Amino acid sequence: MNNVLFKNITRFIILMLIQVLVLNNMNLGGYLNPYIYILFILLLPANINRSFLLILAFGTGLTVDYFGNTLGLHAAACVVIAFMRPGTINLFFRNYEFNGNEEPGPSSIGYRGFLKYAISLMFIHQLILFYFEVFSFSNFFFTLSKVLLSTVLSVILIMIAVLLTGKRKKK
Amino acid sequence: MRNLFALLWKNQFFVLFILLISISLYLLSRSYSYHGSIAHNTTSDISGSVFSTYGNITDYLSLKVDNDVLADENAMLKNMLSSSFLQTDTQYIYRDSLYRYIPVKIVSNSVSKRNNFMLVNKGSKHGIKKEMGVISTLGVAGVVVGVSEHYSTIMSMLHQNMRISARIKNSGQLVNVIWDKTDYLYGTVIDIPSHIRLNQGDTIITSGNSLIFPEGIIIGLIESHKIDSNKNLSKATMRYITDFNSIKHLFIIENLMKMEQDSLISQIENIDE
Repeated sequence: MNNVLFKNITRFIILMLIQVLVLNNMNLGGYLNPYIYILFILLLPANINRSFLLILAFGTGLTVDYFGNTLGLHAAACVVIAFMRPGTINLFFRNYEFNGNEEPGPSSIGYRGFLKYAISLMFIHQLILFYFEVFSFSNFFFTLSKVLLSTVLSVILIMIAVLLTGKRKKK
Repeated sequence: MRNLFALLWKNQFFVLFILLISISLYLLSRSYSYHGSIAHNTTSDISGSVFSTYGNITDYLSLKVDNDVLADENAMLKNMLSSSFLQTDTQYIYRDSLYRYIPVKIVSNSVSKRNNFMLVNKGSKHGIKKEMGVISTLGVAGVVVGVSEHYSTIMSMLHQNMRISARIKNSGQLVNVIWDKTDYLYGTVIDIPSHIRLNQGDTIITSGNSLIFPEGIIIGLIESHKIDSNKNLSKATMRYITDFNSIKHLFIIENLMKMEQDSLISQIENIDE
């Protein structure tokens, strides 16, 4: 149990530092900002108490908001994906039995499964993030293109992170 | 009552979701207006010190460029020295100083979001207050919206609530500058009277009407002007003189007469009532 707690706290701090200090300063193509901190929410144990998951996601979102001066924006997006996470896991991995504190990562559900899972939640997160930021549908398709590109970029980054850290776990 | 609690407890996941999303949306809703973003800003010494520690490390990478910028500015200031002018009797007029400039350094900046802010390394301890104007070495950069003891947050020109009173330099006409673009290089000049034709390269300067910026600071240069004959007022695209992606050093402007001007304005408002 303590091992899981320690792992998640370390992951939270590292991802947050990368997000706030490096990725928030990146603008690919002028306006694209990849988001890697979602990986923390994605990789929380699959059998975690659902209400606790919501609170953790809210806290994660607020932390990013605090450093980015966007109070409430990331918090809202994170709470929504935390709300949808149990259903998404159920939808994609109904046949897989998660035991104990197993996380829904590539080690349990495979890289293809994890990719599907990451893309769907990432897309929802970006959708909420960009439309709430603009708060209008006036440039609907422009915003949508931002959502799609940013999702692709973030998922690529998340997969790279997972591949790099996954190697160490192999026995 | 008991049944109600039992019901809520049973659906705690959903209830909690509604509660948390409401809090987020409430926090978010305050940022949709200019005054809301000024009143509720999360500037703090904690986020400031994280960013400035990081800045201390990365600053070395751009020392060369910074030196060039400072050298350019030194040259510009030398040109303004009295020794650089031909001495005539009417050259010097005694003027009470109206503005004070506080040099600051950016510790965190963004240009890619819909609403962009800059965090700088001085705060209330150095005399910075909310709603002070901010300029770069070239031109207008933003307005202070949040202040902590050692840091302050600046709403950059690249913010949807930003609206600056401006003037067309060669005709003196009053216009407004906003940012409704997604490109950090360009802003929009609105409220241009219909008889005015702007050419590429025309200068847009601050009007001095807002009490925040002194008059005559450059905001940008006109890129293109589209005239709509059906409307009284037209719009033009303007290229900011400040490159928001590369700025490092800023000056915060303290208006030394602001108190006096404010009290005068409130007197007028009292008469109106």
